[in-house]
Amino acid sequence: MTPTRRDFVALLLGAPLAYACRGGGGDRGRTPPSALLDTGMTRGHTAVRDAATPPVVTAWRQARVVVIGAGIAGLTAAWELRRQGVTDVVVLELCDVAGGTARGGATDVTAYPWGAHYVVAPQPAQTDMIALLGEMGAIEGHDATGALIIDEALRCREPEERVFYRGRWYEGLYLDAGSTAEDRRQLAGFKREIDQWAAWHDASGARAFAIPTRASSPAPEVRALDQVSFAAWLDARKLTSERLRWLADYACRDDYGLLAADTSAWAGLFYFAARQRAAGAAPQSVVTWPDGNHALVRHLATGAAIETGVAVHDVREVAGGVEVVATGPQGPLGIRAAAAVVAVPGFVADRIVESRRGGPPAPKGDYGAWCVANVHLRDRPRERSRGSAPPAWDNVFRDSPSLGYVSATHQAGRDRGATVWTWYYPFPGDAAATRKQLAGAGAAEWTEVVMTDLERAHPGVRALVEHVEIAFWGHGMIRPRVGAVWGRRPPDLDTAARVQIAHTDRSSLALFEEAFDHGLAAARAIVGQLA
Amino acid sequence: MIRAGALYLNVFVVAICGLVYELLAGTLGSYLLGDSVTQFSLVIGLYLSAMGVGAWLSRRLDDTDLARRFLDVELAVAVVGGASAPVLFVCYGSVVHFQLVLLGFVGAIGILVGLELPLLMRLLEGQMTFKDLVSRVLTFDYIGALAAAIMFPLVLVPKLGLVRSSLAMGSANAVVALWGTWLLAPKLSAKGVLAVRIRAALVLAGMVVALVMADRFTSWAEDEMYADPIVFSDNTPYQRIVVTRGRAGFQLFLNGNLQFASADEYRYHEALVHPVMMAADAPPKKVLVLGGGDGLALREILEHPSVEQVTLVDLDPAMTGLSKRFPALAELNHHSFADPRVTVVNDDAMVWVADHPALWDAIVVDFPDPNTFALGKLYTKLFYKRVLARLAPGGAMVVQATSPLFARKSYWCIQDTIAAAGFSVHPYQVTVPSFGVWGYALAKRAPFTPPTHVPKLPLRYLNDDALVAMFQMPADMTHVDVEVNQLDNQALVRYYEREWRRWE
Repeated sequence: MTPTRRDFVALLLGAPLAYACRGGGGDRGRTPPSALLDTGMTRGHTAVRDAATPPVVTAWRQARVVVIGAGIAGLTAAWELRRQGVTDVVVLELCDVAGGTARGGATDVTAYPWGAHYVVAPQPAQTDMIALLGEMGAIEGHDATGALIIDEALRCREPEERVFYRGRWYEGLYLDAGSTAEDRRQLAGFKREIDQWAAWHDASGARAFAIPTRASSPAPEVRALDQVSFAAWLDARKLTSERLRWLADYACRDDYGLLAADTSAWAGLFYFAARQRAAGAAPQSVVTWPDGNHALVRHLATGAAIETGVAVHDVREVAGGVEVVATGPQGPLGIRAAAAVVAVPGFVADRIVESRRGGPPAPKGDYGAWCVANVHLRDRPRERSRGSAPPAWDNVFRDSPSLGYVSATHQAGRDRGATVWTWYYPFPGDAAATRKQLAGAGAAEWTEVVMTDLERAHPGVRALVEHVEIAFWGHGMIRPRVGAVWGRRPPDLDTAARVQIAHTDRSSLALFEEAFDHGLAAARAIVGQLA
Repeated sequence: MIRAGALYLNVFVVAICGLVYELLAGTLGSYLLGDSVTQFSLVIGLYLSAMGVGAWLSRRLDDTDLARRFLDVELAVAVVGGASAPVLFVCYGSVVHFQLVLLGFVGAIGILVGLELPLLMRLLEGQMTFKDLVSRVLTFDYIGALAAAIMFPLVLVPKLGLVRSSLAMGSANAVVALWGTWLLAPKLSAKGVLAVRIRAALVLAGMVVALVMADRFTSWAEDEMYADPIVFSDNTPYQRIVVTRGRAGFQLFLNGNLQFASADEYRYHEALVHPVMMAADAPPKKVLVLGGGDGLALREILEHPSVEQVTLVDLDPAMTGLSKRFPALAELNHHSFADPRVTVVNDDAMVWVADHPALWDAIVVDFPDPNTFALGKLYTKLFYKRVLARLAPGGAMVVQATSPLFARKSYWCIQDTIAAAGFSVHPYQVTVPSFGVWGYALAKRAPFTPPTHVPKLPLRYLNDDALVAMFQMPADMTHVDVEVNQLDNQALVRYYEREWRRWE
């Protein structure tokens, strides 16, 4: 039997909401028009996974460096090569647009993200990140203590978050209203733990949780945190307050697509401690753009020679360089270059990089699936004026498995009229099983799920929706399950290798700063070889 | 036999309702159209003559089914009278010939009330002597009028507001009619009783529903909150606009905050506009107004002969539309929206300023106080930086900056934020009786001395002495240390909320 929209709503949001969800008829009950975004998954499966033999190349092109993948890592590598004076760099991308999961879109109303939507304001040691933001004109100056001041227009506008619970919105993510003395005691206890870790340094001065993670201390007591789940770590400290645990779960779902019970405690603590400069310091500002990290993509891609719609089949080292075999929009494509950066997930690299094929299987990464919806509204629903927090950047439903929605117009200060809401839904379970369960879910089914979720807080919102775009990221991002961060940590790259691998899955954390770091490292290794 | 005693009570209630409708019409007419002598004369004259018409028409109704007709007339009074104030309220913003609608209601209610007494007297005919009948009916009728005259100003308007008073009277009419179906049962057919009861119940239900829905016009709390009766209100997508009218003129409120009182707004607006016009290096030709949808700052700006072009950016088309069309407001702002030099843009100032690169010789920033995050952004360093980028080299900007006395931190937060954005700032303040002590910030690109002379215009408040005095800050309003208001801390909204809470 074909599952109905209601079955999907029940599967993704729970049965009670599914039964409340109305059928067709009238503007209030209709499912708004919708479309699925091409995330490249089908193309990747057909061209790379299921292809029998690579095409035969007859004419070879030359390039100095080939970068495979125009996600953040690949674009960063190309950007760094450009900055170091390496010209003739070609970037090959499977999809029709650059950006990977940091893609974005735009309408007359606003630009909006398709995935990652913020970075944490860099700390002084993150010199490359500071250089990037400086190039973008995103740095206003330095304060009296010498600390960086990010452009006010990019520092996430207050109110940053609100959470919907039992009929009204509350400011912030942690639900303070109705908390008991014990809840508050535990929250304070948790903050003390974070403060302690934020201040922690090893003998060589490395922080326990640094951005990028490569700068973190490898000390045994820090690495031990990777061997327990974040939930178990909290249990061991008797931090069992429902409010605190909800926050911990939310943080893990939001950044990693996992529940706290499955997340490495190292990663869980990283989320809180890495963005705090010192004990007691306020977290570093959240830096965001209307289209989220796609603004970074736009900058990194400026001046890059990106060829889209290109499926790469083979990357091999040959005498004096590398050969890349691919299929482009015009047919087979071969490029000979001095070096290559393979900036694709490990499961793709294992198929396309010659030296990785047939070898001992690398430890399998764990990739989480995500659904992201962009809801185009012609106007905003009315808000309760009294006793409920006003619209924020990030609007979270406390009782939902979704992460809620981010308003694309919040940062620009456009508080009325048309807007785009980006709704996020991570699948904390097994990705393959999820994909199987969701077979048959098209744009309309997804849209019904999105509408039902939004209607928790905004009854009748669908009458204001012009259309909905859905992206299903089947292998959305690498996840830091227990043991993954240190246990799956790959050996450092051989800087002499002609083929450099750059991707967030080398860190087990799918964060901009990680992709950026790996892209830089790959580019710098190649610059060293070319010199 | 009919229970006559109970019917007198009926007469009493009908009399109260009738006079209340008349008073409501007169009040609304004089509030909205001004000239209360004319309005009240017209309403009373028309009402009484319409009652005469009703009385005259009553003879055309023959005696068959008289009780049912009487009750139907009562229900008609309930519907027309009850709906009168809500309908007039809605029409006020949109109908050009408001007066015709108003007089139409007065005429209709008058005719129906005029029909009522003769019909009732005919129903009671034969139950008592004629002299007793006339004496009693008229006694209750006139006493009812007295009760209405006392209730209207003392209870109804202050407690219920105009819309609810009208609906409450409509409900009372309907209750009396429903009750009448029992009183007059002997004179009604069994089928007729049921039909009238159903109609009465429907009207009553309608009135009660409307009473509940009346919150759309004005909430209970609002009617109690405002000292004067609400004569106009509108929930726009952006804000709640309320106009009240009292003895001292009318007041405009946005989201419950007083924007001006017609009695003393000249102090506020002269102090807002003339210093910035005099502070610019040359007499300003191009002036930008951000906020100020009431058009009162425009009025002052347009007095300056140097002004060639004014653009006013206000979020809410309902607000600028009201200022243009609402007779009392348009008169007060000297029809400034009709001036060919004026262009109105309905957009968010934060976004508009970023998108429109023209330069301005004078910029008047007159937003409501920063009591929400949506307004708070219009007081951030980022916003002032954007405004600075639009200020001509010798130009000047003025910002309304809440009260330096009631909200001292908020006031200085605004001053310091403007300075942090790169302006040179001079704080100043003025006393506006309906606001209290009110503050502004006068700012330019480079350090400057505030103006010492007022323009040669017919001003009511400002003269050279008052101008110089405004820039002196008394001891209880001097600088306090505050954070700069930025997008990611919204410090001002938090100061403001804490400070004003003390005075509420």
